[in-house]
Amino acid sequence: MIVLADVISATIVFAVPLLLVAMGGMFSERSGIINIALEGIMIVGALMGCLMMRWMDAAVTSGALGSQLAMLIVTLFAGLCGIVFSVLLAFASINLKADQTIGGTALNMLAPAMAIVLTWVVQGQGQTTILIPTWSRITEANFGLTMKSQFLQNLLFKNMYLTTFIAVILFAAAVILLYKTKFGLRLRACGEHPQAADSVGINVYKMRYAGVLISGFLGGIGGIAFTLAAGSGFQSTVAGYGFLALAVMIFGNWKPWSILGASLFFALFKVIGSYASSIPFMPQFRGVEGVSTYLYPMLPYIITMILLILTSKKSRAPKAEGIPYDKGSR
Amino acid sequence: MKKGMISVLASVISILVGLLFGLLLLIVVNPAMAFPKFGELLTAGVSSLPKLAKVLYQAAPLVMTGLAVAFAFKTGLFNIGASGQYTVGAFCALACAIIFQMPWWICLIASLVAGAVWGFFPGLFKSLFNVNEVITSIMFNWIGMMAVNLLCMNLKNAAGQLVMLPTAWVSSPIKDRTAALSYANPSAMIPKMGLDRLFQSNYMNISIFIAALVAVLLWVVLNRTTFGYELKACGYNKNASIYAGINAKRNIVLSMVISGAMAGLGGGLYYLAGTADYTIQKALLPMGFNGISVALLATSNPIGTIFSALFISYIQVGGESLQPVYAKEMIDIIIAVIIYLSAFALLTKNIISKYIRTDKTNVNAEPVPPAAPVPAAETGAVDSGEVPEKTVESEGEDK
Repeated sequence: MIVLADVISATIVFAVPLLLVAMGGMFSERSGIINIALEGIMIVGALMGCLMMRWMDAAVTSGALGSQLAMLIVTLFAGLCGIVFSVLLAFASINLKADQTIGGTALNMLAPAMAIVLTWVVQGQGQTTILIPTWSRITEANFGLTMKSQFLQNLLFKNMYLTTFIAVILFAAAVILLYKTKFGLRLRACGEHPQAADSVGINVYKMRYAGVLISGFLGGIGGIAFTLAAGSGFQSTVAGYGFLALAVMIFGNWKPWSILGASLFFALFKVIGSYASSIPFMPQFRGVEGVSTYLYPMLPYIITMILLILTSKKSRAPKAEGIPYDKGSR
Repeated sequence: MKKGMISVLASVISILVGLLFGLLLLIVVNPAMAFPKFGELLTAGVSSLPKLAKVLYQAAPLVMTGLAVAFAFKTGLFNIGASGQYTVGAFCALACAIIFQMPWWICLIASLVAGAVWGFFPGLFKSLFNVNEVITSIMFNWIGMMAVNLLCMNLKNAAGQLVMLPTAWVSSPIKDRTAALSYANPSAMIPKMGLDRLFQSNYMNISIFIAALVAVLLWVVLNRTTFGYELKACGYNKNASIYAGINAKRNIVLSMVISGAMAGLGGGLYYLAGTADYTIQKALLPMGFNGISVALLATSNPIGTIFSALFISYIQVGGESLQPVYAKEMIDIIIAVIIYLSAFALLTKNIISKYIRTDKTNVNAEPVPPAAPVPAAETGAVDSGEVPEKTVESEGEDK
């Protein structure tokens, strides 16, 4: 039973970055810009968030700053840095009409290299890991509680971070923004038929900028959420989660609620993979080396593949995504 | 000819700006050492024969992964899965060498076939189910890397020893890398033909020549055969090529297969040199992603990949001389900036060539009846006088 609590809480904490980043990708693609740079944006968010945590560490441990208030600042800062980084993609693909995939690939190369260089600069030569302070996690002490049940303890507080709550709020805000506001309607129009949108007076460039910057914000927060979930400190990588988020977005058919379902689903498979040795009914493959490090971690990728194939008939991408908007063309 | 010059010019500008950015970064991080280290970065590749040998040695697999990406680009696909194909190719080459004790050329063919198989899946899924090849090949990168690691750790010979690891061959506690070819199967090492003595370096072998040969071959296929023409036609306009009777679905699969084969062969070329063992690791191999840089710098021209691979390899060797003052990832930043610039260098190139075309040929001569009178009247007006005003006006209209 304890394992069940562990699996549920780990699933949620790993679903959060997937959800945030896939939602980010959704905003960008719904506005018509393919955002393959999500991986890079995540890395930038994670890096800046971790540096911020490091910087505020003294203030928090001395009690001058509340730990969760600090985390709120960290999260927002990560989002802001994500926005700044995503401007590079927006500028190349909207103003300069560059190939969006290539621009994104360049940013994906830039981010980890920049992270390593910056980590060196801040921490000194060869120090490639930024450690995460323990105060980042929400514990029962934050609420003045003591848990009697080990099950509830693991379920609620083993992997509890502020980012989880922020993700819930952002998800609700994103759904409303996309479907219940004028802005959302205009954004979607720009991804489907920018010429038509332009003809009724919508500024397509502005809308696309908004889409990419929102994806930068969500991607940056997703990055710090992933690093917190992974728990072993930041090593200039988010282990391909940005790309997995892209797959989640496609599997979620560019729709918020489906993306929520898809991210929970993938997180579950990832967690089952890493907890396989303590789940009784999972095959253990005795005598095979590397089951927990390589065999089960393959699971989410294979499942993604199969599901993408199965759902490809229903998959419907925004019509104008990937095509630079040119006012002169019809 | 002119077009080619423009491409080269665009790439050179990207490179210069990228290097300048790198220099600025070095100055920001550590001003005192910036200029001497930047000088070393630029000259390390030719500072000695062994260094030059290393440039050539690393360039060979880069040419191949660059070709993989470039070939896919030419046919309208983005093969971001070169890393996985490269890894799988490397594994099959090493497996043939170590387990089956094959000579080097069979091992190379094995790597080619393995890469092709790993490229086949994204192509198949794209053509049958319309699943984006970018996503598929990213997934296959991870699946390939993990599967190769698993196989390396678990394959056993008849005696029950872990045959891919050094333990089966020499008494060694190392378990995180494959056995070295020097003792496992020297005949699987790519021949050096005396080049190692010439360059005074163990890294030197004929792999760069094999890679260059393949690049030329690919150029011929793309530019001088019907098959290549059909593949490119699918890349330019899929619907038009279907209308013209080309089997687009088959061509997508074939493009990815060939592309994958190139990357796989790259893996074979690198690991059969006998100077590097495959290390079991958790991150994707960067060689495949560097192939993207190579292809973009070469503007997807197969011959161009030879030179751009040499350049990337050259500054990577230079990057090693940055350490320990700077992280060698500085080079990755420079490369990323170059790629970012070349993303819109493609665009500037288009603009330049468009201008050249409108200068050379008369637009009015094109048979577009309804549009024809208007520009004719304009040019007429320009001829008859008021030259400055009218030209300014028409320029404004163009923009």
